[in-house]
Formats: sequence, structure tokens, C-alpha cells
Amino acid sequence: MNTNQQRNFFFNVDWLMVGIYLTLCAIGVLNIHSAIFNPKQPALYDLSTDYGKQLLFVVIGISVGIVILLLDTRFISSLAPFFYGITVFLLMLVLVVGRNVGGNQAWIPLFGGFRLQPSEFAKLSTCLLLARYLSGTNIKITDTRSFAIAAAIIGLPMFLIMLQPDAGSTLVFSCLIFVLYREGLSPYFLILEGLFILLFVLTLKLNNAVGIVGVLTGLAILIILMFRRNGKLIRVIVMGLAICVSFVFCVRFIYTKVLKPHQKSRIDIVLGITSDPKGKGYNVHQSIIAIGSGKMWGRGYMRGTQTKFAFVPEQQTDFIFCTVGEEWGFAGSTVVLSLYLLLVLRIIRIAERQRSPFSRIYAYGVASAIFFHVFINVGMTIGIVPSIGIPLPLISYGGSSLLSFTVMIFILIKLDSNRMGIIY
Amino acid sequence: MNRFFGRRYIISAIFIVLILVLLGRLFYVQIIDDRYRIYAESQAKRIFYLNPARGPILDRNGKILVQNQAFYDVMVTPNLVKPPFDTGEFCKLFNIDTAEFNRRMAKANKYSRSQQSVFEKQLSPEAYASIEERLSEFSGFQSSTRYLRTYPESVAAQFLGYIGEVHDNDIKKSGGYYHQGDFTGVTGVEKSYESVLRGRRGVQYKLVDARGRPQGEWANGAFDTTAVAGERLTSSLDIRIQKFGEQLMHNKVGSIVAIEPSTGEILCYVSSPTYDPNLMVGHDRGKHAAELYKDPYKPFFIRPIQAYYPPGSSFKPVDALIAEQQGLITPQTTYFCPGYYVSGNRHIKCFHGESHGTVDLAKAVAESCNGYFFMVFEKLVNKYGWKNTDSAFTAWRDNVSKFGLGTRLDLDMPGEGRGNLPKATYYDKVYHKGGWRSGTVISLGIGQGELLATPLQLANLECTIANHGYYYKPHLVKGIGDKNIIRTEYTQRNFVNVDSQYFEPVINGMQQVVENGTAVASKIPGIVMCGKTGTAQINNKVDNSVFVCYAPRDHPRIAVAVIVENAGQGAQWAAPIASFIVEKYLRDSISVRPSGITPEFFMNANILPDLGNYGQKLKAKPVPRDTLNKMGIDTSDHKEAPANKAPLKSASGRKHKATKPVLIAALVNKEEDEH
Repeated sequence: MNTNQQRNFFFNVDWLMVGIYLTLCAIGVLNIHSAIFNPKQPALYDLSTDYGKQLLFVVIGISVGIVILLLDTRFISSLAPFFYGITVFLLMLVLVVGRNVGGNQAWIPLFGGFRLQPSEFAKLSTCLLLARYLSGTNIKITDTRSFAIAAAIIGLPMFLIMLQPDAGSTLVFSCLIFVLYREGLSPYFLILEGLFILLFVLTLKLNNAVGIVGVLTGLAILIILMFRRNGKLIRVIVMGLAICVSFVFCVRFIYTKVLKPHQKSRIDIVLGITSDPKGKGYNVHQSIIAIGSGKMWGRGYMRGTQTKFAFVPEQQTDFIFCTVGEEWGFAGSTVVLSLYLLLVLRIIRIAERQRSPFSRIYAYGVASAIFFHVFINVGMTIGIVPSIGIPLPLISYGGSSLLSFTVMIFILIKLDSNRMGIIY
Repeated sequence: MNRFFGRRYIISAIFIVLILVLLGRLFYVQIIDDRYRIYAESQAKRIFYLNPARGPILDRNGKILVQNQAFYDVMVTPNLVKPPFDTGEFCKLFNIDTAEFNRRMAKANKYSRSQQSVFEKQLSPEAYASIEERLSEFSGFQSSTRYLRTYPESVAAQFLGYIGEVHDNDIKKSGGYYHQGDFTGVTGVEKSYESVLRGRRGVQYKLVDARGRPQGEWANGAFDTTAVAGERLTSSLDIRIQKFGEQLMHNKVGSIVAIEPSTGEILCYVSSPTYDPNLMVGHDRGKHAAELYKDPYKPFFIRPIQAYYPPGSSFKPVDALIAEQQGLITPQTTYFCPGYYVSGNRHIKCFHGESHGTVDLAKAVAESCNGYFFMVFEKLVNKYGWKNTDSAFTAWRDNVSKFGLGTRLDLDMPGEGRGNLPKATYYDKVYHKGGWRSGTVISLGIGQGELLATPLQLANLECTIANHGYYYKPHLVKGIGDKNIIRTEYTQRNFVNVDSQYFEPVINGMQQVVENGTAVASKIPGIVMCGKTGTAQINNKVDNSVFVCYAPRDHPRIAVAVIVENAGQGAQWAAPIASFIVEKYLRDSISVRPSGITPEFFMNANILPDLGNYGQKLKAKPVPRDTLNKMGIDTSDHKEAPANKAPLKSASGRKHKATKPVLIAALVNKEEDEH
């Protein structure tokens, strides 16, 4: 088998993954082409346009993917701390020399007008280092120490990105809770996260922290009274109650004292507290119109007026899904979402067939990151999630994002192709 | 494999459920909710209208009365104004200073940075030519052409009317044709032929981007239409005599209407005082309109069809013709005029109280003997016996109205008045029923009293006489478009139920008026003209000068009615003016008159009525009571009836007081303007 492997670099490559990857990239280039089509520069490969650049990024991405397939898998694992170190350095550097675009200091200018967005690569290196750490011997996530180290690995880039400040990219890291859960983190954390989201919405929507706390306390007492004999449950409930109550007050505090007005208003609009289709809610309002106007079969390639004529802002980056919805309709949207779901479920399946915990943990990281991006991005365009600007993986315009996800996916493919090899 | 293997399913389930949430929301937004497609369409589809050129209007000889002339707006798109931009040079080009430049740019910026707005308005072609070449050196500036109505000859303002922006009512009534900011005819031919002149507007559906900039055709232009220019109108006016008439009427209040009897085409349509129609176009039209509106002589008042005048003696032939037709008189019927007329037990003075002796019909017309026509009128009104005044009067009225009096002639212009031809019921109301007799209303017989006519009706009356018993409805447009289409009602003869042989005695009399009667001074050497003077007064000390005529006697080519308000005798002002119009039309030149009158004298004469009296005059209504009935013997047709005077005086006195300050103010303004 080893000889086979050495003879053919594409041995054992998961072609379904590659297929989905290429399909999504193609969908991306075509939709960017349509969204910002410039009749003076009609060619898809015109490098002065964003669609031309995106096509170039795809070509670079495929090249990088092939290079990754040529690498030795040991190389990837052992260099994880190095990558992480570089990323953290870049995240610090960007705070100093970064180019401020749209209120976020997230880009390091490169040659030829290209810019590097370190936060996109931070997801990759964090996944790698987390996998490397958690796959180590005697590391159990249920141990407080291991948990703390894992949390620190995740928390450091989050903190640095929050300083930019880029709320969207910061929140992406919270998806890694799925990885920790798969590796044995108590389900209470997952429940707590769900509860947090619920409480977050309720706190801001009802605008009555004391009332919510009262209801929560009442519920807790009720449960405790019902299961008096279960001592462990009582402990969990009491702890949960304490966390929830402090969370509610934290949310109120952050919302009223810490958040900037434009951030507050975005949250307000999604929660339906205020509606302002001409002002702060303009983006989301136009985005829903674009997607809604697509109906079942869409308006056809290049026929979307909402996106092509710039009613939807950032139509080639964060709001690229509008073009999909408008021009390809519900049918096209379903196809794209199904492709993502297929990709994510395929990654989970791949993860579970790995013998190496490193590969498995890493795969879960990739699946979580991709899923989180898709859910938040699409949810944002149809107004069920606050509009925090994060790209749609492989489809949104942007070299850093595309390359980051490409490397993520191809490392996974490489690890998977080597799953029968030696376990490190 | 480890003990948490089962958690893969939980994670997968969470992913699937959340994706389903997204799909559910997408399903709602894209399939169930129908609003968004409509929103998107309404945002991106915009209708652009292409306004067609409005039809030009020519006179009967093909000379241009109205045309569209290109004016140039200089437009600026602020975000395209980029260095190198030499502001100093640019300001020099437009003859403005830098501060003004900055002010205009700020205004343009405020409107939109990415859309065009007007930098300099309505440059004339000459002014534009001087900057055209250099304009391209300055980025962000472009020119845009706009067409405005221009009137090269500056005549016939009341005929041409003007255009203005549509009102909300017009928009509602038009059933979607007009939009805010469109122009439509407000008065005159611009209004009455609006649907022909305006052409058909073109529509373009375009896609626009978020900033409203056009981005291409909607539905590949399948629903677009091109603009179709308005039809050309050929007016019946003859610009030569129109212009000449306006010059003759300069500094006079009144009207000239000339009609070609063989077609009903109006050759001349003067309303004086008039104004230059070019004032109602362009940048200052609002200011000019306000000034004209304040003018006490009311230049917007369309006198040929809106001013009512007692026809006076020019009405007399009508009575004679009706009586002849009914066999009540013959041309040989004579009347001995002792200088007054006896009706019942009243003595009514004849004109100036002079005795005409024995007169027959022709002589009565020629000498304008009131007595003769009082007699004719009494014969008509008493033909069913002197107690059946009512029915005989109604029969008389019907016959008179056939001549086009007291009714609209359906002129192709808005605002035509009926004049006033009183009904029997009117007198029943004023006097009780049966309480009035021929003597009561006898002043109608000589075209006075309640009888009022517009200059157009008087000219039309002359056409009827010239044609020996019929007329064509008068009209101002003789052809629409290249094919010169005309409304069929204008090609039909309207008979007045008087046989043609009865006209000769009347015409003989009318010829005598000019040959050696009252209007002898207006005789044109070599042209046989038939005319009738009138000296009709309303409630003023000075009479309106009225003259109606047609010429030549055989094969008439022109019939004219001239009224000069507050001017005096018909022969003194109206008749010479009419004779000049006739001669100008027939010969295109003015011969030396034996009487020595010249057009220049009339052009230069200023007989504008005194403002103090004039303000009330326009508002004067038909006399409510017959003057003769109350006045009795002492009435002659140029004098006032005292009984009638009293109520009117008090009424007009009030009006006078109310209008006086305004009039004085207007007068002062006028003087200032002249300096």
C-alpha cells in the first residue's frame, strides 16, 4: 500500500470532496461575474475585475491544493504550532500596519494591490493546533487543565481579532465548541450555548432583565422541587442558573454600555426591535428583496437587477448569496445549501473513518468552520441572523478566504488519503 | 472510534436542522411571499418619456407663426469634474466669477454627485455657439437640448395662446397621458388643438441602478415606443393683415375680425391691446404673465370672441331681411322720417334728431334711419296682432339666431362667448307676463338694448350677407397635418332662411354707405365695398366705434368687423381701419385715399380709454331693463337712459371704488416700465 501511495499522489483522494469543492468555486466565480458584471470588461478572466481575480484565486487555490497533496502528512501535524505562531504574529502585525477597510483593521497590504486578511488563516491554524493538542496522549477535554489550554488556543486569536474589531470573524471561533463536544465536552456546554442564544434574544427583545431572571429562577426551583432526590441535577441546575443570570446581566451591560451604535442597530433590526429599511436596515432589506424576487426558478444568469445594479451592497463579498437567490431562485438556493450540507456531512463521515485523532479533530474543526460560515452568512442575507460580515465559503469574493478554505479542505483530503498509513 | 462516536449523529442532526431552518426561511421569502419581485421591479424599472416636438403652426400662406427652437442647457455631473480643471478659464467662458461657480457647484452637489443637473439654463443658439467648442475641455460638463415655442413674427397672441405645465386636474382628466411637469396648451389654439399638436409621447422602459443611472433596456425594449412629432397646423390667418391689423389697433381697445365668406376661414383675428407671445415662453414667463394679468386693459381678454358689444346699426339689415322674407316689407316699402319715431304714444328721436324724409329700404340702410327699422321691428313683433307680442317675438328671435347671434359659432378656440339675444321669458321675468309690447323692446330693432354680439358674430353676419343667405362656420385652422384635414362641419353651408333675392336692396344700401353715406371717407378707389357703420354705446359717454363690411361686392373675398372701444363714431375710427384691412388683403398695398386718411395716422393715434371708466366697463352686464320703456320719448341711440343709469351707476360706483387703487398702481408701474 505504501508503495502504491508513493507511486501515485492522488491515491485514495476523496474525489467527492474535490468535486464539491470545484463546484462551489465555479458557482462562486459565475455569481461574482453576474453580480458585478461590467459590460466594458465582459471577459471572465479579465484580471482588473473582481471576477477575473477570483478566477485567479481559484487557479492558485487548486495549485496550492495539489502542492498540499504532494506534502508528507507528518509535515502538516508537526508544523501546526509554527503556523499558529505565524498567524498570531500576523494578527498582532495587522493591528499595527493594517489597512482599515470599512471600520475593520483586518488587512495587510501586499504587492500588486492584493491584501492579506490574517483572520481568515487564523481559523485554519487554530484548527490545526487544537487538533494537535487534543490528539496528544493523556489529554482529556473533561480535565480542567486540558480544557483551559484548549480554550486558550481558541481564545487567543479570538481576542486579537476582536481588537480589529471584527465581530464576525471572532464569533466564527465559537463554532469550535462542536469539536470539543465531539471530543467529550459535556453536553451541558452545548445546551448552555443554545440557552445563551435564547437568553440573548429574549433579554434584548423583552428589555426586562429582572423579569427574565425571575422566570429563570422560578423554572430552576420548579425543576429542583420535581427531582429533589437527584443531587447531581440540582447542582447542575443551580450552577446553570447562576451562569444564566450573570449572562443576562452581562448582555444588558454589553448592549447598553459597550456596543457601538451601529452594532446595536444591526442587532435591533434582526431581532425586529426596530425596522429601518432606508437606513441601517437597508442592506438586509435590499438583500431580502433580491432573494425574494428570485421566486422558484430565479431570474436567470445576469438578469438580477437587485444585485447587478448595486441595490444590494457588497454584492460580491458578504452578500453573494443574494445573487444565487435572485438569479437561480429557490431551486438554486436549495442546490447550493445542499452542496454545503453534503460537504459538511461528508467531512463528518471522513472524520469518523480516521484512525488518527489528529485527523478526526481537525476534520471536525473544518466542518464546524464551514458550517458556521454558511449558516451565519445565508442567515444574514435572509434576515434571521444579525448582519455580521463573514464570507460564504468558496463562493464569496476574496482571496484570503478562498485560499484559507482551500488549504483547510485539501489538508483534510491529504490526511484522509493517508488514513491507512501510520498513526502519529 | 471512541465512546463519543454517537455524538457525530447529534452534530450532524444540528447541522441538518439549521440548514432546514435556512431553507424554510428561503421557501417563505422566495415562494410564499409575493411582494419581493414587485419591490425589485419597482426599484429597478424606470419609465423614461421621450417628448415629441410640438407641431408648428403656419399661416395660410405657409409663413411660420410658431415653431420650436432649440435652446441649450449646460449640465454638470459633479463627480465627473476632475482635475485638470481650469476654473478661471471656465468662469471666463460663462462670464461668471468663482464665487458664483462655487455656489452653482454646491447646488449641483446637493442635488446629486453622480447625476446631471442644470448648471446654466436655456442658452440661446448664438450664446451656445460661442462656448460649444470649448465645453469639451472641461470634464463633467455636457449640453442638453430643449425645445421651446418661439414666435418669429410676434403676432396673434390671443389666437396662438400659450402652453404651460399641466395642473393636477389635467393630469386626472387625461387618463394617464400627462405627468407632473408636462406641458399642455392653456389657451388659444394650443389648447383647442392640444391633442393634435402634442404628438405622441415615446416611452422607454429602462433599468436603473441604485443611484438611478440608466443601465440598459427593460425586456429588451419590447414595450418601448418611439415619439411621434405633433402635426403641423395650417392656420387660416393671413399674417400680413394680422400684423397690419395689430399695428392699426395699437394703443386702442377693440377688435378686428376678418373672414373669407366663401370658406368661413378667419383671415384676421386681432384683439387689442395685445402682447408679444414670446413673453409667455422661457425663463421669465411667470413674471411676464403676472404683469400682463395686472394690465387694466386686459391683454389676455380675447375680445374677438369674449367681448360683447351692442351691434348698433350694423344689426339693422337683419331686421330688414327677416321682414322681407316674411313679406312684411318690400324693398319699395317707404317710411317718412320726421326726425323721430312714434311708437304707441311715445316719440323716439331718430339719429341726431335729423329728418331723413321719405326713405325706402336701401336708403334706410344707407342713411341708418332708426325710424325705418323701428317700423320694421314693430311689424315683425306685432305680426300676430299687437297683443301676441310673446309668440311673435320668439319667432323673431329664432330667425335672428339663425344668423349666428346669441349662440356660439363653434369656433375652434376655447372660451367663445354667446353674446346676448334675450328670450321672451327674460322679458316675462322683468315685466310680468304679457306686460311688455313691441314698444317695450323696440331698441332691439336697431341693435341696442339687451342685444350684444361678439366681433366674430358681427363678421360672420357680414359673411352671411356677402353670401346672400348662408355662412360657413368660422374657423381658425384650415388644415391639420400634411394632408390638410379639416373638420367636416366647417365645409357645410348654414342657411339663414332668407332667400338670396332679398339681399340685394340691403346690399345696395350698404354699398351706398361707403359710396356716399356715412363711411364715404373710407372708400377705396377701385374696390366696391359694402359696409355699415355703427355707433353703439353702452354706458359710457363715448361710443364704441363699429364698422362691418365686405368686399368686393361681386365675388366677395373678405368680410370684416372692426370695433374700437370708446372711440366715437363708426365712420371715424372703425371704418377706415376696416378699409385698410380690406385693401391690404385684396391688393397687398394701400392706395392714396381721396379723403386723405393714411394708415400711419391710425397706427400712431392713441385713444386708449380713460382708466377710471374702463375698469368697470369690462364688467358691465347686459342692460337689465329696456331703456326706452322707462325713458320714453327722449331716447336716442347714443344717449343714456336716466332710469337705467341710476342702478347701474350705484353698482358701477362701488366697483369703481374697489378697483381704483389697483388701477392707479398698475398705471404707475406702466410708467416705470416705459422709462
